[in-house]
Amino acid sequence: MSLASSWRTRKFRLGFVGEICPQCHAKLFPPRDICPHCGGPAKEPLAFSGHGTVYSYTTMSVAPRGFEGQTPYVAALVKTEEGPLVTAQLTDVASDEVFIGMPVEMVTRHINEEGDDGIINYHFKFRPELAAAAKH
Amino acid sequence: MREVAVIGLGQTPVGEHWESSLRILGSEATYLALEDAGTGLPDALLVGNMLSGLSCGQENLGALIADYAGIRGVPAAKIEAGCASGAAALHQGYIMVAGGMAETVVVCGVEKMTETSQPDTTVALAAAADAENEVAHGLSFVGLNALLMQRYLYEYGYQRADFANFAVTAHRNAVNNPAAMFRRAITPEAFMKAKLIAEPVGLLDSAGIADGAAALVLAPLDLARSLGKPLVRIAASAAATDALAIHDRADILELRAARISSLNAYAQAGIQPEDIDFFELHDAFTIMSALSLEANGFAERGQGVRLAMEEAISLSGRIPIATMGGLKARGHPVGATGTYQALEAVTQLRGEAGANQIPGCVLGMTQNIGGSGANIITHIFERVS
Amino acid sequence: MSVMRPLRSVGLVGYGAYIPRYRLPASEISRIWGGDEEGTVAFKSVPGLDEDTVTIAIEAARNAVARARIDPVLLRAVWIGSESHPYAVKPSSTVVAEALGVGNACLAADLQFACKAGTEALQAGIALVGSGMAGYAMAIGADTAQGRPGDALEYTAAAGGAAYIVGPAEAGCATLEGSYSYVSDTPDFWRRPGQNYPRHGGRFTGEPGYFAHVLSSVRSLMEGLGRSASDYRYAVFHQPNPRFPERAARQLGFKSEQYSPGLLANEIGNAYAGSSLLGMSAVLDIAQPGDRILLVSFGSGAGSDAFSWLVTDTLPKRQSLAPTTRAYIERKTIIDYATYLRLRGQLVMH
Repeated sequence: MSLASSWRTRKFRLGFVGEICPQCHAKLFPPRDICPHCGGPAKEPLAFSGHGTVYSYTTMSVAPRGFEGQTPYVAALVKTEEGPLVTAQLTDVASDEVFIGMPVEMVTRHINEEGDDGIINYHFKFRPELAAAAKH
Repeated sequence: MREVAVIGLGQTPVGEHWESSLRILGSEATYLALEDAGTGLPDALLVGNMLSGLSCGQENLGALIADYAGIRGVPAAKIEAGCASGAAALHQGYIMVAGGMAETVVVCGVEKMTETSQPDTTVALAAAADAENEVAHGLSFVGLNALLMQRYLYEYGYQRADFANFAVTAHRNAVNNPAAMFRRAITPEAFMKAKLIAEPVGLLDSAGIADGAAALVLAPLDLARSLGKPLVRIAASAAATDALAIHDRADILELRAARISSLNAYAQAGIQPEDIDFFELHDAFTIMSALSLEANGFAERGQGVRLAMEEAISLSGRIPIATMGGLKARGHPVGATGTYQALEAVTQLRGEAGANQIPGCVLGMTQNIGGSGANIITHIFERVS
Repeated sequence: MSVMRPLRSVGLVGYGAYIPRYRLPASEISRIWGGDEEGTVAFKSVPGLDEDTVTIAIEAARNAVARARIDPVLLRAVWIGSESHPYAVKPSSTVVAEALGVGNACLAADLQFACKAGTEALQAGIALVGSGMAGYAMAIGADTAQGRPGDALEYTAAAGGAAYIVGPAEAGCATLEGSYSYVSDTPDFWRRPGQNYPRHGGRFTGEPGYFAHVLSSVRSLMEGLGRSASDYRYAVFHQPNPRFPERAARQLGFKSEQYSPGLLANEIGNAYAGSSLLGMSAVLDIAQPGDRILLVSFGSGAGSDAFSWLVTDTLPKRQSLAPTTRAYIERKTIIDYATYLRLRGQLVMH
């Protein structure tokens, strides 16, 4: 993540803020300013709840540059309760515990850093819903 | 619109070309294709390439390859559409010749992926996905395909092993292709034992990282007729797009861009899927093969993998795929893959495919996929008697 | 000196805890280093690969906002006390404020005072709200404490944090009766810039470090308020190990049922700036209206902040609005020493 990208994306990365289309009321995450459903402008911010379920997942055993020290890590598509699918890592969970449909919640975590002297990137991840995990 | 024919073919073997640079690979394929055509200086060069900036620190490939191929002076430019760059260049070349803007155009797909180490190549490849919303989370291309495959297994109840035949078939076909990267057969057991790179995607689900270049010379059909060679025309050239990020698609298990581009291609050629004699599909991952067979009308939704399980994809099957090894075993030098597919299709239709020849084939289809399904370009080639 | 009281009454309107899920048993450290685990903690919490003071602070702060039920835009300060801020220069607090959705009209700063940095932030929040400068202020104590492999500190140096929103007393779950801070220049423990691990002086740790400061702040506070140990339902101390707070509590006249509910060290170790604040959140999770709570921190270098709180009728309605401290303690994955080294970035070979 470049420095500029890290700054520009802070509201949705850290605050999990998406958008809602004022015309067709579609909820959008990540924000994109033009509604993909009706084609109209959609810049109205909408804070997403951060709750959802695992839609699909994988365990990354070979990592791209910047993530090498983290393998194996779990990446997933999460179906948010507002509707949109979101790509993110899962955390605080072993890969063999994950299943499609698992309730998860958003947390903010350190995702990587730009070398030893560069900026630290924080990003949303999802972890098993704490309340559901406690019932287990 | 004029009818367009392919009058020249040139390729380098696919592999790890440590001794050859990007420019040498590209210029060699271009030179060979022009030599095969025998029509002299082309009116334009289009270079299909995805990674040169990231892998070699080199852009402006049009001028560079033209210079090194000995055709300095011709208009030339690089065309980029992720892993579909080769087919995108071919599509543009087709438009130039069909539209009468050029008589002969040479289209060269070239890629040099072994210039960088594996983590850097993985990052570079991921540039075809959504950098801000997929790659920033540590997803690689393999990872994205794994997300598709995991969901596919879940929705339709298949096992990983059901996908083995895609890889087994590709490897079997590559044995007889002198230009292929992996010229050895593999067993379903080897497929299952292969290391998982991103569960459920294993090493043998995925096409290899490779270097290579393949080029074609395009000309109007009338000009082609005068050359006295086997005639192959481009019966259709159609492109379509979908959301770049998987999470933005209406249905992640439908390759919508493939469906749209193939429907347009079938309409252009005036044919149905069942008329296709063989299909060079984009088997970068076994899941892509299954989804592609479904999107293009060869299988119902959720049934694409059955074509592999039932051996319908072999050279003598109902719909042969990857006849020269496909991306899986010929190798997948990303920006060159689209032109390798086209070159192999024309080779089949010329009747020059050797031991892998599909007897009497008339219509061959190629499909090149950029990203995890975002930019999909379909071509149909036809032998003209 | 008299007890400190703000001009207008303030209270804790929200609180939240966070503890990482990994636990390293003391037996794993002694297995490797051959040390004696006797008298130390049974387990300490260890941050995951993707956790640091900022992420710990964010989750604790979100829990505090959930309990306070206020729009985060109303927060006029986000102060984080820690000795493990991820940056030497660049605030942790602005990252946390951004994640909470606090507006730009906000104070934000990182504080450092060894294990006392969190309660120092709390004192500042009390002053800001109590002076009328702000309606609400967030104070957080969070750490991913370092201990040199093989050092005695390695048994206890843990990770965790807690966040508190100070606001008007009438909206509080607990109102402040008064506080007292006591400091002196006592070099019992330090870490120089560029050093990965802190050092213990090996001289002043108990007397005149922990005990002198803790006993002084508490005695001054209770004397000033006219309270005795029996007035308190709960007493929460900084807990570098289970023994120090227990001994201090007994010397001050507290009984086990008063200090045990907030004594978490044996289960999670010493979360440094988060230590006493986590004990406090564990107590708030179970306290009832009318209960009086004593909160005492200690930070090397050295100092102690003591606070007297009175629980209001509001607290029971807020307790279940976010995960309890106990829920985080019980969400645990036991790890071995090798995993610990990996999670703490200690795997380097030459």
